[in-house]
Formats: sequence, structure tokens, C-alpha cells
Amino acid sequence: MSIEAAPTDATATTGPLPVEGMPGRGPDAILEVHGLTRHFAVTKGAILRRRVGTVRAVDGVTFAVQRGQTFGLVGESGCGKSTTARLILKLLRATSGEVMFEGRDVLPLDKGATRAMRADMQIVFQDPYASLNPRMTVRQIIAEPLVIRGVRRDDARAKVLELLQLCGLAKEHGDRYPHEFSGGQRQRVGVARALALDPKLVILDEPVSALDVSIQAQIVNLLEDLQDRLGLTYVFIAHDLSVVRHISDKIAVMYLGHVVEVADRDDLYEHPRHPYTVALLSAVPIPDPRKERARERIILQGDPPSPVNPPPACRFHTRCWKAQEICRNVPPPLAEQEPGHWVACHFPEERSVL
Amino acid sequence: MTEPEPLLSVRDLRTHFHTDAGVVKAVDGVSFDVMPGEVFGIVGESGSGKSITAMSILGLVPMPPGRIESGEILWKGTDLLSATDADLRRIRGKEISMIFQDPMTSLNPVYTIGQQIAEIVRVHNDVSKQEARDRAIEMLELVGIPRPEQRANDYPHQFSGGMRQRAMIAMAIACDPDLLIADEPTTALDVTIQAQILEVLQHASEETNSSIILITHDLGVVAGMADRVAVMYAGQIVETGAIDEIFYEPRMPYTWGLLESIPRLDQRRGGRRLQPISGSPPSMLRPPSGCRFHPRCPYSDGDRCVSDEPSLIELRFDRQARCHYALQPGWYSPGERLAVAEVEWDVLIVAATDRSAAPDVDLPDDLAAREQVPETLADALTASQKPGRRRSRKS
Amino acid sequence: MAVTDDRVPAGSSPTGEAGYGPAALAAAEGLAPESSQLGDVWRRFRHNRLALVGMGVVAVEVLAAALAPLITFSNPTTNNTTLGPTGPSLTHWFGTDLLGRDIYARVVYGARVSLKVGILALVIALVIGLVVGALAGFYGGVLDGLLMRITDVFLAFPYIVAAIVLIVVIGRGLNTVILVLGLLGWMPFARLFRSSILQIKELEYIEAARAVGCSDARIIVRHMLPNAIQPVVVYGTIFVGTAVLSEAALSFLGVGALEPTPAWGLMVAQGKSFMSTIPGMLFFPGAAIFLTVMAFVFMGDGLRDALDPKLR
Repeated sequence: MSIEAAPTDATATTGPLPVEGMPGRGPDAILEVHGLTRHFAVTKGAILRRRVGTVRAVDGVTFAVQRGQTFGLVGESGCGKSTTARLILKLLRATSGEVMFEGRDVLPLDKGATRAMRADMQIVFQDPYASLNPRMTVRQIIAEPLVIRGVRRDDARAKVLELLQLCGLAKEHGDRYPHEFSGGQRQRVGVARALALDPKLVILDEPVSALDVSIQAQIVNLLEDLQDRLGLTYVFIAHDLSVVRHISDKIAVMYLGHVVEVADRDDLYEHPRHPYTVALLSAVPIPDPRKERARERIILQGDPPSPVNPPPACRFHTRCWKAQEICRNVPPPLAEQEPGHWVACHFPEERSVL
Repeated sequence: MTEPEPLLSVRDLRTHFHTDAGVVKAVDGVSFDVMPGEVFGIVGESGSGKSITAMSILGLVPMPPGRIESGEILWKGTDLLSATDADLRRIRGKEISMIFQDPMTSLNPVYTIGQQIAEIVRVHNDVSKQEARDRAIEMLELVGIPRPEQRANDYPHQFSGGMRQRAMIAMAIACDPDLLIADEPTTALDVTIQAQILEVLQHASEETNSSIILITHDLGVVAGMADRVAVMYAGQIVETGAIDEIFYEPRMPYTWGLLESIPRLDQRRGGRRLQPISGSPPSMLRPPSGCRFHPRCPYSDGDRCVSDEPSLIELRFDRQARCHYALQPGWYSPGERLAVAEVEWDVLIVAATDRSAAPDVDLPDDLAAREQVPETLADALTASQKPGRRRSRKS
Repeated sequence: MAVTDDRVPAGSSPTGEAGYGPAALAAAEGLAPESSQLGDVWRRFRHNRLALVGMGVVAVEVLAAALAPLITFSNPTTNNTTLGPTGPSLTHWFGTDLLGRDIYARVVYGARVSLKVGILALVIALVIGLVVGALAGFYGGVLDGLLMRITDVFLAFPYIVAAIVLIVVIGRGLNTVILVLGLLGWMPFARLFRSSILQIKELEYIEAARAVGCSDARIIVRHMLPNAIQPVVVYGTIFVGTAVLSEAALSFLGVGALEPTPAWGLMVAQGKSFMSTIPGMLFFPGAAIFLTVMAFVFMGDGLRDALDPKLR
């Protein structure tokens, strides 16, 4: 079986959720994602490729990110959050949709314009071991974005020093190779590289999940300091809901390629309305034994369905305890049910589980 | 009331690795007891030696380069370290069984799930093939695998991650063990699946009446599962106690640091920053002198902490901490200090407003200047007394 | 594995009991690597005796080829027909051949010929192989399919027969041999390189390079090549040995080097008629071929183990 890019499958029984309005909208949107979609065809056979299914990795994702804020994107593996990040940055080609960065759709841009855009939008990757080229020194890694844009050697050097310092690394770290560093330090290098071109928006793709607990806090604080000092906008992607609550201003919850709920941080955690968000929050263990003993836990049945040919209409209906006939037939629109609180559910119900 | 005998008793275990670069003291003098029926949590970050401790118990440490330098692992009174291979094989899988983080590498891809469980049953029990298979299906049902008769014929790759972990648990409990060692059993799983697996694990241990050693880096998981906890750092246990003692009255600054550094799902941020532990875990080739945590400890005195290795100090029965200052009055974690400060502050407020209610409280001179109860941690800390000594911050 | 990284995924052990190899274990416990990568490679290489011997032989040969005029006492192509074939003597340590040429000199100068063939053929095969492998691995899809089928076709040729046919078409001579060995030898490089690229392509640092705006060419040359080169280095070493052997075989069959080039294959061909009377004529060049090939193969084996200890 192999997977490759494919045009939208018109015969599918399942599709994007309709969206009413712009979740996360605000006075100063730096990024607006509109109906972003990426499908992969699943094929069989080496020569005569038969299409046996469609992975609907990202299906009609819509949200807006406000300048200077942190927008959290949470969900479990396979929900499409990392794919969304790559689509925004054009590291993957979108099947359809719009990515408006400062009012301009970046998806149709040609090679040269894409390159220019990449100065404004950068990414920090999850795995600090795999995201740094083991054959390059830290200085070379951080300087690369500058070098390929023809920045003078001395200027690049000075900038690298500044970045090392900014990210809490020492000057002499520049001459070392990634394998000489701990995970936390490597992640600092990854952050420094992302900042080399003075971007406006940084997508943080699980930047702390590969790190030890005691190191995570260091990196989270670093990211917050940098945001304050440089006026950065973040899209913070993670599966760790505690970290997301700490760092984000607004949060979107994804399930199987759909955005199912968007709200302000505390609103989402204290008044979740989508059953999936409720279940997700109730599943996270809290490091407080008394609270844990008193908590009720909603245990979802079964595994998330495969994103290959996902369930029709509301994709959560196969595991939802409230599912009715309508959930299997009519996709629930992602609609603003309270001011600033978007939910895609036919039977939303506020339920506190923390 | 007679004291129950521990099921497993680890005494001064030292597992070292002899590598080209030198001796890695992965486990360096670890002692603990596991009582019948309890869930014993071992918490630590990567490199703390928690997994190697578990592997040492089952004799799974690769030798070379590993070597168990000293210690005793008493299983119901017999030392596993001096047991014969035959004895070990009998115990392993039957009396003690293990659940790994990544079930894909611990399940054999060329046999069906049912065959693998049945085989373990047949190795340890004198039963027929059919009986073994029935037992396998029964186990799969117990761990919540739907249609177990059919799923028993599936190969591991046909199972999802959560299902594989259920199958691993089924295999682990198939011979009705007395102890389950679960090494990061849910780390590779999504949080909704983690909740399922933890429930299955709890259910399985209740059904078989077995104890669990739960090894994890996730403080939330231990908080919900464990009865007693050992915190490990740099190859040693640095604090042990009942679950509530560790979370609400920690006495070792590393534990404080862990608890303070994690963001909380259930709390508003309120302008707070996370309080990270500075630096990184030490290299186990050359662990720091004195207290192994001293280079990262904001409370290090720069003297005794650097030169003398603290022993595990017995605070009370079954409650220990590896810190020179553990017994010092007022040696509270920041969280506890906050709570104490709030209580003290409340008392002051009461005393100030109604002297008759608290006649013996001395009012501080500047009370009038302070207008309200401190709201933030920082304020409360300034208001509260500092632990033992002054903080000696190394720049 | 093409990428050296201290963080190794836990491999499964044959017992199926636990996925904990020593390397995975060290990784799981977060042990920082204490020495440099090259230092590690050398340390492991040093422990392999055969590889060290191989390296010694190659070093001696390179020296001999470089210093040939200084360590020989007669011209390898000067005839002395009055002398004719003789056995070893004080003046001619390895004896003389049919035309009275000093075999010792010819064997020493023969090292130049062999090394030249081995290295130039390697360069040709390497360049073709890397380009084909990089294009196929990096772009994938139709191009990959096409290039890999071409590679398969080349692999399907019976090697010596194809070589002989090509040489006959192009015309005999050492340069033709080099060209043909290169043209018929690039396929494994392409395959190795392609599979390394396919692995590396998925790694985040390639995505990171793309995200900062690197061009495809820069990604291949700067990010993929240095990380994909390890298996190629190993195979390249062995390739030199096999190229030396193939050249000798072709020369022996009379389609390789031309007289009076001091090629070992030619010398063996001539010596086979004197096997019983003057065995040195066969033995010395034969031994040179044997030693050279073995040396490169041992070295390649040693390099493989040293570069990737997990494969052992």
C-alpha cells in the first residue's frame, strides 16, 4: 500500500464541516486559514495503481490567528494538526483552501515568492534530534537561512552570535555539532534557526514533547520571553493539553482532520462544549492525587477511526456517547455558540471535568 | 497487627554499564519494598535509572556491558540475583511479568496474538493447547478487546497501538502473576487511549490480585494510580513516601522542582511563569560530587551539598528524603510555603480585625501598610518565612 | 542506517522479550555521547585486526605506486631479450619475464596501473550512481520508477561479457577499461544512495532546510549527501578492490591493458605458460592482485562495522 497526493475525491461520503464565520477572528489577524484541505490517496499495486481509499488528513480547517498572540492547536495523533502546520508553510501542497498571511493568499505563490514568504513564517520542529543536520555545526545550522539569502559572512556571524545569546546558548556553542548537546539545548538551536530571518509568525510543532519534564519548562519560558521581546505570533501545536493551556491565548481542538472546537484558553478548559473536548480533558491525568481520586473520568470506547475513509458527517459519532441519527448523516457546522466560542456539535453541552 | 511481608524487596541495587567511555552508574544503590496488592510508582526523568531498575529485577539487563555490581533482589525471600536461570525463567512471566512502553517491539510479529498468549500459558502451566487458547481468549476479553475469539487470530500489526498494549497486558496477566512491572506503559499512546489502558491495568491487577510497579515520567499518571512513590534522580532514589506525602509534603528540592515546573491543566495561569529546574540531568559517567542534584538545586548551600553525599534520611516510617536539610523545620516546598503563608496571613487579618479572636498573635509593625491578602505566589513568598536558610543562588 | 545519531530506536531482540539493545539502552537513559563521531569510528575500526591489515596493505601500495621510481632499479618496460625469462635473483628480486623485463619493477609500477583503474572507475561509477540515486530518491514518482528500471536493466547484464562487448566496440586500452568498469559499476551506488536518501528525506532537518528556503540542489548537496554517504563510502572501498580484480581479469583475457603496460593481469596471463618452470612470473603479480583485492574488501568490511556498529 502506498500513499500519495491526490485530488479531492468527489464520491466520498464524508467531507469538511461547514463553518459559520471565522473561528478565532479578531481585530488584527496575521493569519487566516480558510477551508484548508489535504487528501492523500491510498493506492495498491506497484504498476497499475488502484486507488483504494483517501486519507482525509486535513479537511476544511478554518481559523484565524491574531497578531502577537499564541494560537494553540491540540488533538491526538492523526488528527491532522502537524499536517496543517506543513500546509500553512507550504512544506506540503494543499489539496484546496486558502492560507491568508497578512491579507495575501500564500498558496498560489511561485517559488521565489514562497521563499520570500518563508522569511516571515518559520517553524520549530518536535524532535530536536532529527531536526538538526548532524553534519553541520550549530553556527552553520543557524546561519544557513542567512547564507542562502546572500547575507555577508560578517553580518551572518554577528547575527548568529546574537541569536545564540537570545536563545540562552553560549558563544562557543556555535562551533559544536548537534550530538554534543542535550535535547533542551538542541531545541534552543532549533528556535535560533527559526528566528534567524526575523519572522513574524512561528509555528511550534510539538516543541517540548520530546523533552524531559524539567527541561520543558525552560523551553516554554524561552518561547514566552522571545514572544515578548520580538513581538512574535505563535501557532503552538501539541498533544499535551497542560502546556497548551499555559502558553496559548486561543485554542482549537482537532479530531480526524476537523476543527471541532475553538475558544479562548480558560473558556475552553473550564467550559468545554464539544463531547470530544470534554473527553480529552477528562482523560488527562492531573498531578494532584486528591483531585485525581475525586475526578470522574470519561473513558471513550475504542480507538479513533482510521483517517482513511473516516466516518461520515460528524467524525466523532463512532465514539460519542451522545450520538444520534443526525450525527451520522448531517455534518454539524462549526458555529459560534457563545461569543468567541465555536463548536461543531449537534448536541453541545457545557460540562466541566477539571 | 503484624507487619505484612514485602513481596519484593530491593536492597542496595547497583547496576553499572561498562562502556568504552567509562563506567555508567545507571542504578547506584537503590532500595525499596513492594507490598502485596499495592501500586508502587517510580517517577523520574530519562536517565534517572528507573527503567534499568526494572530490568535488573527481571534479569533483563544486557550483560555485557551491564553488570549488577552489588545488591539483593529478594522475591518472597529468595534472592533473584543468585537464582539459577531455571528458577528465573520460572518466576519471570509467571510470578513477575513486565509490560513495556512499545508493545510492537515486544510482540513477535510472526505469531498471532492468541498464539503468543497461549504459549506463555503453556510454558508455565501444564495445560493442553485448547486450554491455553481458551485462557488466552479469556485474558483478551478481560482487557477489553472486542470479539476476542476472532481477534486472537490477528497478528500484532493488525492491532492498533492501544489494542497492542491491551494484548501485552493480557499476556502479562495470563499466568496470574503476583507482580506486574509496567515500564512507561502509556507513554507512546494518546491521552484518551492512555485513560483506557490505565483503567485496564488497574482492572487487571485487581482481577489477579497482583501488585504493580508503575514506572513513568508523568506525575499525573502516578497521582492517579500509585499508592506509594519513589522519585529517582541520577541513579538514586531521592524521595519515597505515600502518594499524598510526595505531592503535598515533598522534602527534596528535586521533587519540588518537578512539581513546580509542570503547567497545570486545571489551573488558570494568572500571569504566572513556569518555574523550571535549571541545567540538565547529569552525565552518569561522572555524577556530581556530594548531592547529585546540587548543581541544579537553588537551595544548595555550596558547602555540605557539594562535598557530602546525603543519605536517604528517614523522616518517619516508610518516608525518606535524600537531602541534608530534610529534617530542618520549615523545609517546605514553594507550594507548601504558599499554603502556609496564606494561613498565616489569614490569622494576621483575623487578629488585626478582631483582637479578641486571636489575642496571642503578634502583629507585625507594617501590617497597616499591607492592605490585602497576597494574591500571587511571589507576594506570598515574600510574606512567608524562607525555608531554613537564605537562598544562595549561584549566578 | 545512514545517519549517525546517538538516539537509536530500540531494536527488537530475537527473544522478543524486550527491545533493549545496549545502544538503545544508553539512549533511553539519556547518556550524552562523550567523544566525537570520527573518533568513535576510528576507535571501532582500530579494534578490527583484518581491517587494519587491509589498511596497511593499501597504504604500502599507495606508497609503492607513488615512490615507484625510487624503489625500483630498472625500467619496467625496457626489454632485455638476451636475458629472457628467469627466476628470482639478486639483481632481479622477482625474476624477469619473457622479454627480460624486471618483474619486481613491473609489479611495483603495476600498483600505479591498478590504483589508477580502481580509483578512476570508482569516480565514474560514483558520479553516475550519486546523480541517478539522488534524482530517483529525491524526486520519487515516475522519475524514480524510470531510473530504477534502467538500473535494473544494467544490473541484468552479464558483467564480463558486457564489458568485453563494450571494449570491443570502443577499442582496447586501459582508458576503455576504466570507462567500462565505471559504466557497468554505478548501479549499486545508485541503489544505496537512493535508499539512504529515502530515509533521510523523511527526517525533520530536511523539512527544516526547506522551511528556511533552501533550494532542492542545496538540500541534496548540503544536507543529504553528507548524511547518505556512509554506505557509499563502504561500498566504494570494496568497489576499488573489485575494479582492480575486473581489470586484471580483462587484461588476462586480452581485452584490457595493452603491452607494454605493466598491468598485473597481463603479467599473470604471460606467466601462466611458465607456471611449472618459473612460477615467480605467475606468483608475484598474482599475489599482488590477491593482496590488493583482499585489502580493499577487509577495509570496506571494517569501515562498515566502524561506521554502523548496529549492523553487526
